[in-house]
Amino acid sequence: MSAVIQQQATAGGLEARAADFPILARPVRGRRLVYLDNGATTQKPEQVIEAERAFYREANANIHRGVHWLSQHATDLYELARERVRGLLNAAHADEIVFTRGTTEAINLVAQSWARTQLKPGDEIVLTTMEHHSNIVPWQLVCEQTGAVLKVVPITDAGELEPGAYEALLGERTRLVALVHVSNALGTVNPVREMVERAHAVGAIVLVDGAQAVAHQPVDVQALGCDFYAFSGHKLYGPTGTGALYGRRELLAAMPPWQGGGDMIRTVAFEGSTWADPPQRFEAGTPNIAGAVGLAAAIDYVRGIGLERIAAHEAALLAHATEALGAVPGVQLIGTAADKAGIVSFVVDGIHPHDLGTILDSEGVAIRAGHHCAMPVMTRFGIPGTARASFALYNGERDVAALVEAIAKAQRMFGTRSDA
Amino acid sequence: MNAAHGGGIAHADLRELYQEVIFDHNRMPRNFHPMPEADHVADGHNPLCGDQLTVYLRLEDGRVADVSFVGHGCAISKASASLMTEAVKGRPVAEVEALFHDFHALLTEEAPERDFGKLQVLAGVREFPARVKCATLAWHTLHNALSGARETAKTE
Repeated sequence: MSAVIQQQATAGGLEARAADFPILARPVRGRRLVYLDNGATTQKPEQVIEAERAFYREANANIHRGVHWLSQHATDLYELARERVRGLLNAAHADEIVFTRGTTEAINLVAQSWARTQLKPGDEIVLTTMEHHSNIVPWQLVCEQTGAVLKVVPITDAGELEPGAYEALLGERTRLVALVHVSNALGTVNPVREMVERAHAVGAIVLVDGAQAVAHQPVDVQALGCDFYAFSGHKLYGPTGTGALYGRRELLAAMPPWQGGGDMIRTVAFEGSTWADPPQRFEAGTPNIAGAVGLAAAIDYVRGIGLERIAAHEAALLAHATEALGAVPGVQLIGTAADKAGIVSFVVDGIHPHDLGTILDSEGVAIRAGHHCAMPVMTRFGIPGTARASFALYNGERDVAALVEAIAKAQRMFGTRSDA
Repeated sequence: MNAAHGGGIAHADLRELYQEVIFDHNRMPRNFHPMPEADHVADGHNPLCGDQLTVYLRLEDGRVADVSFVGHGCAISKASASLMTEAVKGRPVAEVEALFHDFHALLTEEAPERDFGKLQVLAGVREFPARVKCATLAWHTLHNALSGARETAKTE
């Protein structure tokens, strides 16, 4: 019995799925690749690589315009991919899913289509200190265009939202809350559902940046209650340049186009043009069709394993890594929220994150070092940057062991640790 | 870099980058203080890295009579700044500019034929393209200080 529990505690050996990822078999710096930079992008399984390849070999044509068989086939595959995204997020309708190049484009779409046309001078957008630059800068641009102002929820030393601060910032001027689901720099999981309720209570709508969430836990936009949800395919084991925006039907229906071109119109005349319904209204030009097909394969892949199972695996790995890194003298974790995803940010006494990143790289250990596109978080903690290990389903305890050993090596080199 | 053989240099070259002299200057940077009497000052900042420094100069008869710096950054940037101050102190300005030119080439192109003295320890940086900006920030800042440029130097 205890053996069974033990096995569950180490999350059922998902790391064996590493065999699905061809790149993990290639050596780097003459060593086994220990890929712990999944927050930046995940590696791609054979299933995704093959789906894109098969599309170009057997199904390639432009969509929504040809009467010929291949065009209809490609259109079917593209719309099937939209249905896959709908299923992933449990959206009520497939037409609530707009394909984008990724999270950044999805947020910019809402900023330029919804916010730019809705916001008035003095209207308020509430964000948090732990937002990625892609959920800060688009709103700064909108504020310049509309006269709206940003309000920022501060964070605690643990990397959680200051208790009560969010509620205090919400008011009758609040029109929009733009909130990260899982912080890429700290790993903090925010209580999105409760925060959405509070925002709706003052009549504000909520956009959730799900870039670090969708690959690591089940996401249900109806249960969360959010109005917009953005994510990137490439952090979900899918192709780069893919992603989607979920938007509530009534909101999308009332929003104007933000980019003009083919595919997004109903009629075009020099006297004036009319727009297609969502989601086509927001997909001007030929989209990344093969990418969407690859993204659908990635969604099938993670749902085939089960997002609950992936979440459990990564939670076990996070607990193990937190303990292992906590035991290394001179290592300080940045981000110790009670509810965290598989991201460990840390600093090492006497070693700058970039020196650490270079030395770890020489051991085949790929991490990210720097500000993680979250400069306000670094400012909040008074540090130039952190080293960050971020986990995926194919990581296991041996990867954490390699990380810990490489840190010890850096400490020996820098002479900052005598016992290592 | 040879991808077929597993991606770049092996461990031995890490010691080419992180030589003892670098650790020494990182731990105990030379000429590491502000200079109230400086007649040329410039700031350098690589916001992506967080490397930040200020270079102070006092010129006399076309020579660098005194030079110092303050700031923070990675071991490479700090050691490079420290070694730079030692290398340029007492030299005519024209020689300093020539040395900057040659040092930059040492890190990025064909190594010029010259004796770099202690600066030679930074030659290992050329195998780590992502770190060249760390090693050259102090020099670009020095160049700006000499030329009276007001904008903050950056190498990224």
